[in-house]
Amino acid sequence: MEQKILTSKELLNDLVDKHYEGALRAKAEGKPVVWATSICPQELLETMDLVTVYPENHAAAIGAKKEALKFIEHAEGMGYSSDICSYARVNMGYVDLKHSDELNIPMPDLIFCCSNICNTVIKWYENLAKELNIPLIMFDMPFNHTYEVPEHSVKYMRGQIEYAIEQLEIFTNKKFDYDKFGEVMERSNRTCEWWKKATDWAKVIPSPLNGFDMFNYMAMIVCMRGNADGERLFKLWHDELEQKAKLGKGPWNSADEEYRVMWDGIACWPHLSTTFKTLKKYGINMVTSTYPESWNVRYEKNDLDGMARAYASNYANRNLDYDTENVVKLIQDFKLDGIVYHSNRSCKLMDFRQYEVQRRVTEITSCPSVVFDGDQTDPRSFSAAQYETRIQALLEMMEKNKEAKRRG
Amino acid sequence: MEYRKIIEKLEEAALHPSKTVTNTIKSTGKSAIGCFPIYTPEEIIYAAGYVPVGMWGGTTTLQLADKYLQSFCCSIMRSNMEYGMKGAYNMLEAVILPTFCDTLKCICENWKVGVPNIPIIPIVYPQNRTLECGYVYMLDEFKRVKVEIERLSGKKIEEKDIEAAFDIYEEYRVTMREFVEIVADYPQIIKTKSRHLIIKAGQFLDKGEYTKDIKAIIDGLKVEEKQTFKGTKIIATGLMSEPVELLEIFDENQIAIVGDDLAQESRQWRTVTRDDEVDVWNKMTSRVADQRGDTFFYEYMKSRGENLIDMVKEKSADGIVVFMMKFCDPEEYDYPIYKKEVEAAGIPMLYLEIDQQITSYEQLRTRIQSFSEMLISREA
Repeated sequence: MEQKILTSKELLNDLVDKHYEGALRAKAEGKPVVWATSICPQELLETMDLVTVYPENHAAAIGAKKEALKFIEHAEGMGYSSDICSYARVNMGYVDLKHSDELNIPMPDLIFCCSNICNTVIKWYENLAKELNIPLIMFDMPFNHTYEVPEHSVKYMRGQIEYAIEQLEIFTNKKFDYDKFGEVMERSNRTCEWWKKATDWAKVIPSPLNGFDMFNYMAMIVCMRGNADGERLFKLWHDELEQKAKLGKGPWNSADEEYRVMWDGIACWPHLSTTFKTLKKYGINMVTSTYPESWNVRYEKNDLDGMARAYASNYANRNLDYDTENVVKLIQDFKLDGIVYHSNRSCKLMDFRQYEVQRRVTEITSCPSVVFDGDQTDPRSFSAAQYETRIQALLEMMEKNKEAKRRG
Repeated sequence: MEYRKIIEKLEEAALHPSKTVTNTIKSTGKSAIGCFPIYTPEEIIYAAGYVPVGMWGGTTTLQLADKYLQSFCCSIMRSNMEYGMKGAYNMLEAVILPTFCDTLKCICENWKVGVPNIPIIPIVYPQNRTLECGYVYMLDEFKRVKVEIERLSGKKIEEKDIEAAFDIYEEYRVTMREFVEIVADYPQIIKTKSRHLIIKAGQFLDKGEYTKDIKAIIDGLKVEEKQTFKGTKIIATGLMSEPVELLEIFDENQIAIVGDDLAQESRQWRTVTRDDEVDVWNKMTSRVADQRGDTFFYEYMKSRGENLIDMVKEKSADGIVVFMMKFCDPEEYDYPIYKKEVEAAGIPMLYLEIDQQITSYEQLRTRIQSFSEMLISREA
């Protein structure tokens, strides 16, 4: 029988369904389920064949499906402050309510937490383990106030990887298969490479990639870095973008890409459509963000120190010199006309460095930028009117620069 | 000096941190290094010949700090940034900052540019501090900080210096443990505000000298007759119990703090140093590894609620007061967990949301009053 050739978008949708249905089924069959943070060393879990779901992905999906407020308000009723991360509030609310009309995930049997994205997850996941009375594996990745990851940090993280392996052996009651681990490492690196290569096609003018699509694919780089499906998906996506780029196709069929911007911070999931359409209306394509690099976790096979260093090198875990350099590089590589900074009420780690990064980047590149107030999942912290005004201001600045360029 | 005079002296010192630090620098002939909350290895700083002084924010108009921080940032950190940028910390030779939370990480980075005249020494405390690799990491961090301070002073810190400094700090910690115990027996003499100010003064004074004063207060109290206390007794939890105007309301309502789980107070000294560690670096490191029920250290199955309940029982307290510093993520995450446990234990609890720039106390006054009335009616 002839098999239908799927587009990457169709495959993506299939895989999302497969991911959540598979996890629910596994739970129903009595298999253990793990909850993990978005940029954790999933290679260990994959090696142990552990079914893993990601509360950040789930909260984002709930947000995009406009169901977040129910869980947020419930969590606030439990005593969670409205000032803490809204992913955590959605998740803690879900843990108590245990049902979503839009998307359900199985309750966990093991918690797997990695602090390379923030210290907030330490507190959040500590609470999960306590509330659910289940084991927790904690990866503490020290904040790099120096430009590079210090050697004693690498040693500390390596020790934690070794300890995590012991804990996983106890949890699963089986030996850790180091040969398989090597294979998973190789595949994870390949998948990350395809992810990076795919998102890099946005460097072409016009960009074949609509950056808001990247937000959708992102869910899969979180949860499928280590398996064959993920590798297949990102390779396919890459090939499609390559083809589009070679044909000179831009991000949309209905409009041309006039301006290219970077989006700093997490998406406003409950207002995804508004934030996207406002940009598109003015021909502004979000071509990149700090995310392509966040999941470009690369290291040599079987090099545990390299793996630790790669995971600890995440943008959010680095100092301001690195952060600035990173954005400046994106401006150059992606030939950006502007930057949209999302002052995300949920994410203090990103927010409290944003002003200084913006200042330095402006000083170095003169790239225009605006900041708008929003939140990753709390729909209450966003004003469409303010967003539009800020985007219009950015548009004016970008247009001025274009005009100056046209005049030479 | 009569112990009551010492109390007055310390209260005064705590109310005017800037003046006190300047006096300390003058009277000791040492330079000062500012210590950001929550924990910093003060022994190393002391051993290098500096006076470590606390940086716990304060009431000020926030203007300059807005260049770096949005309004939803913890007010202690906004104040520290503001003071730094304003030049209020210019008497400090350097500052040391632990990256315990996401906000502190950002302050660390912003300080480098916002206050370039005062060098910053960051320190990272491991969260997996009870694992061997985390323990070793802590040791390495302490030793790295030692080298950074040596670079600053241009002088090597000898082993005997660090041992002597540790002894001074150990004596301070033992004395403070005794102080908070004995104060609970004399709520008529040392009221809530006074208790806080006496403890806080230690942040700005040479610990060797300060400990002597605390010992004198303890000795003075011991000869006083214990009286029956008609008010109510509570356990305080949170970062700190400021602004002090808040504590005046506690005193108006005869509420005594008979034990605390405050970051600025007992969490600094409640962990007893291991007897079996000979080496001073291991003593310091094991103190970190042994700290329990602390919001800034990861602890599987969080024991904070249990600790609070135990404290209430041990001190025969009537309830718990939560001093919730607004925008403090770690504290805010702990709250729903211990709230559930404390409620299940049938212990009354008052939640006060505070920040350092509070201007109106009326609402807080009403809530504290009603809480006090509720506790009294329960007793009856």
